[in-house]
Amino acid sequence: MTTVHEPVHELQGSPRTSATICGVGHSMRRKEDDRFIQGAGRYLDDVVLPGMLHMAILRSPVAHARIVSIDTSAAAAAEGVVAVVTGEMLAGYNLAWMPTLSGDTQAVLATDKVRFQGQEVAAVVATDPYLAHDALQLVEVEYEDLPAITTPQQAIEPGAVLIRDEKPGQTDNVAYTWEAGDRELTDAAFARAAHVVSLGTHYPRSHPAPLETCGTVADVNPITGQATIYLTSQAPHAHRTLFALVAGLPEENIRIITCDIGGGFGNKVPIYPGYVIATAASLVIGKPVKWVESRSENLISTGFARDYHMSGELAFDADHRVIAMRASILSDQGAFYADAQPSKFRAGLFHICTGSYDIGAAHVTAKGAYTNKAPGGVAYRCSFRVTEASFLVERLMDVAAHEFGIDPADLRAKNFIRKDQFPYLSATGFVYDSGDYHGALDVAKQLVDYDGWRAKQAVQNAGGVRHDGSPGDGRLLGIGLASFTEVVGAGNSKDFDIVGIKMFDSAELRVHPTGKAILKLGVQSQGQGHETTFAQIVAEELGLPAMDVKVQEGDTDNTPYGLGTYASRSTPVGGAATAMVARKLREKARLLAAHLLEADPGDLEWEPGRFTVSGTDRSVSIQDIAFAAYTNLPDGMEAGLEGVTYYDPPNMTYPFGSYVVVTEVDPADGTWKVLDMVAVDDCGVRINPMIVDGQITGGLAEGFAKANMQWITFDDDGNCIGSTFMDYLVPTAWETPRFRLGATVTPSPHHPIGAKGVGESATVGSPAAYVNAVVDALWSHGVRSIDMPVLPHRVWGAINGIQVRP
Amino acid sequence: MQITVTVNGVQHAHDVEPRTLLVDHLRTGLGLTGTHIGCDTTSCGACTVLLDGRPVKSCTVFAVQADGRQVRTVEGLKGPDGLHPVQAAFKEHHGLQCGFCTSGMMLVGAALLAENPDPDEDEVRWALSGNLCRCTGYVNIVKAVRAAGATLRGEATTDPAAGDDVNAGESAVPGTPAATPVPVAGD
Repeated sequence: MTTVHEPVHELQGSPRTSATICGVGHSMRRKEDDRFIQGAGRYLDDVVLPGMLHMAILRSPVAHARIVSIDTSAAAAAEGVVAVVTGEMLAGYNLAWMPTLSGDTQAVLATDKVRFQGQEVAAVVATDPYLAHDALQLVEVEYEDLPAITTPQQAIEPGAVLIRDEKPGQTDNVAYTWEAGDRELTDAAFARAAHVVSLGTHYPRSHPAPLETCGTVADVNPITGQATIYLTSQAPHAHRTLFALVAGLPEENIRIITCDIGGGFGNKVPIYPGYVIATAASLVIGKPVKWVESRSENLISTGFARDYHMSGELAFDADHRVIAMRASILSDQGAFYADAQPSKFRAGLFHICTGSYDIGAAHVTAKGAYTNKAPGGVAYRCSFRVTEASFLVERLMDVAAHEFGIDPADLRAKNFIRKDQFPYLSATGFVYDSGDYHGALDVAKQLVDYDGWRAKQAVQNAGGVRHDGSPGDGRLLGIGLASFTEVVGAGNSKDFDIVGIKMFDSAELRVHPTGKAILKLGVQSQGQGHETTFAQIVAEELGLPAMDVKVQEGDTDNTPYGLGTYASRSTPVGGAATAMVARKLREKARLLAAHLLEADPGDLEWEPGRFTVSGTDRSVSIQDIAFAAYTNLPDGMEAGLEGVTYYDPPNMTYPFGSYVVVTEVDPADGTWKVLDMVAVDDCGVRINPMIVDGQITGGLAEGFAKANMQWITFDDDGNCIGSTFMDYLVPTAWETPRFRLGATVTPSPHHPIGAKGVGESATVGSPAAYVNAVVDALWSHGVRSIDMPVLPHRVWGAINGIQVRP
Repeated sequence: MQITVTVNGVQHAHDVEPRTLLVDHLRTGLGLTGTHIGCDTTSCGACTVLLDGRPVKSCTVFAVQADGRQVRTVEGLKGPDGLHPVQAAFKEHHGLQCGFCTSGMMLVGAALLAENPDPDEDEVRWALSGNLCRCTGYVNIVKAVRAAGATLRGEATTDPAAGDDVNAGESAVPGTPAATPVPVAGD
């Protein structure tokens, strides 16, 4: 049975606003739900336009081959086919290649060779989707096979076949090299260390696999040049700019509309070839063109995540205080470097790898390699590689504890950054805004009954009775911890940009004469509940009932420019913009109130929704003020109650938490079962506690998925294994553990309402806790590491000292 | 092939290709887009509808197989008295986020409750295990289905674990918009 933490108002104070206004701290039921529960959501595939055509994409069956010829004549003659598009045709429009969000290039349709299985080779546009797929079978492509490179280790070997032979100046398969931290300081600390603990691990390739796949309906009017592009996009404004750059279309003629998005998790951040092909086809044909990828296309060709080969070392002094960390990464980028990393940080934010610990010196080296796999490396429910970073340090800390014979909770507590050290400058340059790591760990230990489980473990693993009192049968208990720190809310414009565009975000707020408002945002919900949460921020700041605040996103003609939603940046950046624009309006409202009340603005007191003249009962409501903004203005004041704010965050926010997993491993067959899973999250002030808990349980399920089953792998020829939901296993309600949640509240000192991001914490923090739990159970059997997913045959192999194939 | 399918109580006669999937017939032929497509392998359940009261994945049923039969989609869940209890419970208990799996989850939940009015947590999780959700971690979906069962049994929906003692019952916020009209089926 799932239990949930104590009421949030005991941690962050009772809401300031009434249940009618429903500001911060209220678990308001979601405004967007009425349409979804009645089947009236409108997703990309629900868009139907007059005369709309349907596109299907022919994909490469092989991982690496030269294209000898493409014969489209039979397909072009097939029933219902309007056009067959090839790379050669796109090259005529300079569209055969496109820039990626990481500053690389990517083939839209292959012209010279194919570089991964599933790469786009040709597209058929037809009057019906069934006919388009029929005609794909008639496109004849002759390939001349090339050796496939399926690991980054192979890729960087001298003499390896060059994957990106088309790229000027590219002489090897290295996509990037990068480093962070202070090498000399770190080397010096290692030189004086009493203990060094090391670990090599692979964070495997995974796929965000939102339930709605990616797609577009491109509607280009050949006469006016107006391009209306319906797009499954987490970042519609950035995508519009990219479209303008790729297609050479004037940006004001491009309108991106996102519709409702059926989950994103990073998968809908990149621009995909299908979007560009459909847009080009619509431009040439003069009719709307729809392309919706199948699940297999989604899994084999769009935005995979992770695939980091990591090695790390921690240096400790004689007292088991950690003094330095080293990490090196070899990243499998696939055929194109197409994830969206801030341009300064080639390995994303991996260099936050010192995690929750006070480590004086750290050094990170990173290398990305091109391989014959799909491009990606997207931040899957993750803020730019913080997931991999958190996993490495949390695994290392557990290995260290076991090697030292110290309880992993105690070793963590000993090395945590203390509450009084915030703001804390990390060895790699992050300024952690706030935290109470000991507090979160204490709550987690208490909630899970940590000491009780350790006592049961000592009995059961020594051959005594099992945890439930039944006779011992060889099964072993394991307890795993992860005390993660995240870094979210990119980001201040000094450090953060995507292809040069600074990572601010925006909010535009207009209160209409009747006191009802519309809030327009540059971020983009994919299920996070923005229509509710952001209305609550306005309610908090302006006192308008949240039900009276309509939230609009995802239409680039009608929302202010913003960088979109990923990396848990909506609340830290877009939420801050919302609070700030509401405050801007409140200051104008104060002047209007002074006019209406014939009082000095300085004599007015604000409570949510009302200004009162100090010491009197004379007051005016925000609704009356809004009416006056259009009907009864003081001399010289501009009409309206409206504003826009572009918010450049002064810093990132640093959510954190402590997670505990209790597992029972059966050494006979390598299976393991989660007996309890407790997650204590601290994301600062919780705007809508119900939604926050929902984000956490969702993230926990994906964390469990990665630890337990979810991965995409390849055979030696580069064939993708895991191209359907029958091979790429996603947990159902049956497998998913029954999480229990705890909470602490440590506000962000620089965010206007003290909130931090939360959508990704659980996916970032929890995988290490599962692996730590399984390894904890098996440490006495000589097992010190098992890579994810922790599949039974891997566990069995590790126990028996047998190298098993992945 | 000529088929007649009763969808949400309304009879529809159509000429369809034998290979037309039921999900495509519902979405494209009848304009009922509340049924979603999330995979092509009967794995995800986003396309779940009730065929003669039993949940089926409409991406692996041909439209012709529904000839002469009753189909219920999410658009037909709501009754003359308002939302079906599973719909109300999904909103009340935050059983949805992106909404893409929601139609299928609610229909499976409704079918389960029709058979077993008081399922325990294991029974709910097992019943839902043919449907994938990527957003919620299932916690609140399970909670919503069980709460809907309580409503159907005429019990008060007490939920000690709702976690929102701040303002329990706040879903009835004044000004909740009237329900969106149910799309009228084609022809």
